Amino acid sequence: MTRPTVELRPAHEPPGHRHRPWAEALLRPQFLALAAVLLVNWLLFPGFFTITWQDGRLFGSLIDVLNRGAPVAILAIGMTAVIATKGVDLSVGAVMAIAGAVAASMVVAGWPAGLAVLAALAVGLVCGLWNGVLVTVLQIQPIIATLVLMVAGRGLAQLVTEGSIVTFSDPLLIFIGTGSVLGLPTPVVIALSLMLCATLLVRRTALGLLIEAVGVNRSAARFAGIRASALLLLVYAFAGLCAAIAGLIVTGDIRGADANNAGLWLELDAILAVVIGGTSLLGGRFSIPMSVVGAMIIQAMNTGILISGFSPEFNLVVKSGVIIVILVLQSPMAASILQKRRIKGGRA
Amino acid sequence: MALYKQLALGAGLAALLSTAAHADLSGKVIGFSQIGSESGWRAAETSVTKAEAEKRGVDLKFADAQQKQENQIKAIRGFIAQGVDAILVAPVVSTGWDEVLTEAKEASIPVVLLDRGIDASQDLYLTSVASDQVKEGRVAGEWLVKTVGDKPCNVVELQGTVGSSPAINRKQGFEEGIAGHANITLTRSQTGDFTRAKGKEVMEGFLKAEGGGKSICAVYAHNDDMAVGAIQAIKDAGLKPGSDILVVSIDAVPDIFAAMAAGEANATVELTPNMAGPAFDALDAFLNGGTVPEKFIITESKLYTPADNPQGEYEARKGLGY
Repeated sequence: MTRPTVELRPAHEPPGHRHRPWAEALLRPQFLALAAVLLVNWLLFPGFFTITWQDGRLFGSLIDVLNRGAPVAILAIGMTAVIATKGVDLSVGAVMAIAGAVAASMVVAGWPAGLAVLAALAVGLVCGLWNGVLVTVLQIQPIIATLVLMVAGRGLAQLVTEGSIVTFSDPLLIFIGTGSVLGLPTPVVIALSLMLCATLLVRRTALGLLIEAVGVNRSAARFAGIRASALLLLVYAFAGLCAAIAGLIVTGDIRGADANNAGLWLELDAILAVVIGGTSLLGGRFSIPMSVVGAMIIQAMNTGILISGFSPEFNLVVKSGVIIVILVLQSPMAASILQKRRIKGGRA
Repeated sequence: MALYKQLALGAGLAALLSTAAHADLSGKVIGFSQIGSESGWRAAETSVTKAEAEKRGVDLKFADAQQKQENQIKAIRGFIAQGVDAILVAPVVSTGWDEVLTEAKEASIPVVLLDRGIDASQDLYLTSVASDQVKEGRVAGEWLVKTVGDKPCNVVELQGTVGSSPAINRKQGFEEGIAGHANITLTRSQTGDFTRAKGKEVMEGFLKAEGGGKSICAVYAHNDDMAVGAIQAIKDAGLKPGSDILVVSIDAVPDIFAAMAAGEANATVELTPNMAGPAFDALDAFLNGGTVPEKFIITESKLYTPADNPQGEYEARKGLGY
């Protein structure tokens, strides 16, 4: 069976034009935007690309971008799948807080750390399934269905932590948040592995095609024999699981479960990462690796602002300016202009 | 998140708890309309208020408004209907209080505001108990001036949420505290949104931007949570918080005392959760002696350093619900 390559190549691209697919891919607006943001960071702070080896791990601003971007990247992986089905999951930030609260409270209560991690992942899965049931069985629109848990979830997390920051010194949880594997921060390794597994799963099996089919037209997909409800349940559960992983990371990072702030507004960053990555909010076409690139663009911008020395009043202005430019570059109109230029240039 | 920052800071809790021993309010019924429990500090304020009331024999009617003004107004009307002797309010917002406070005034029930002010005529309430956020920052700045002496010192600042009043005031106060000491310069300032995670992330950026942190002499954080995050970032960068880089912050929550006990933090300025103690004292003098208190009671901004038994402070505070 050949693998589905729905999004790999614009439909209007002339056939026989695929002589350098890698070069083509690198010319995508997302990679250009990432390169531009990194370049600006380097201009603002010449030591940006310096990476040193310190205490058995890589150390530098570029590593910070990867490390700090990992939670949003992980959320974006799950969010991509949800958005590809024409849904959205607003609850992932709150699920992060719940997962962190559960893990921290369990280790503080004396449970083994491995069990606490499994429990947190299970809770994330259950939260995702809850969303999935609301969407499939009760037929509630995804934005409303997941809003329920977005609002209530943080309250649940606060109930678990009793309103305070639960601090711990458990080595396993701290390793998930701040440890390193072969010199790379653990969150980066987790995010990369998850991205690879998820991409292989959707692109080397028919799963990706089924998700796209449901996203384009759920009824048509069901008539074609796809079990759309089961697939949606699976996708929301996966997003919940991703949120729980991200929650464990941010909790381990600060060695405490901060139910008020963990994952706050990160659902919006995750949606933005997916959109920057080129996945349509109308469902269908999606790309998990490009969403991760989107998350990296957002984080490169955040880190750049931190090291640039701008006063904090400018943070959001700079961020929104850059995002507007990226989204304009990706708009269908800009794409068609670029396409014409490229064809002209290629033929000349 | 930013809510609890709008609070005030004040006197040594232990000192107040021990001095306010006279129980002339016993048998009085006092209503307390609390904002909610959005932060650890708020939870601590609630538990300290309950403890203060119990110690004085006050029958405290507690109402949690869950961050909603309409709930607070309902609670105050309820207190008026019950005919309580006095009302304590921690107002969630600053406007919209005139009507309900006029009702209380007509019923001759004195109202005391806790930790936040309101935009209303001053004759609608007996007094307000709050801290001075500018002073909190100034105490932190003055501590740094005294500690570094004449040595040059580059300070990085972790601000609270942009535009929030504690962030503006604590920044202003710190700058006043270090004014006139040219050896101390504020080299970088960014917002950490009052959270641990952002405090850590911003500090990581500062450390990279300042040559691995070697040119940073001190970090000033607008709250302890950001300082706790910064301490972890400093450790990750291979430096020693507390000695390589001095750490000074505001709030005095339990975890900063744990860090201080470990030698990783140098000073914190207390935002006391005991707003009720001075409020009960003022009510006591008013109800029993007719003394009208000052309109604005400012709580003390006490400085804590490792010399103040941080382990003991940690143990004393961790049960308060922070």
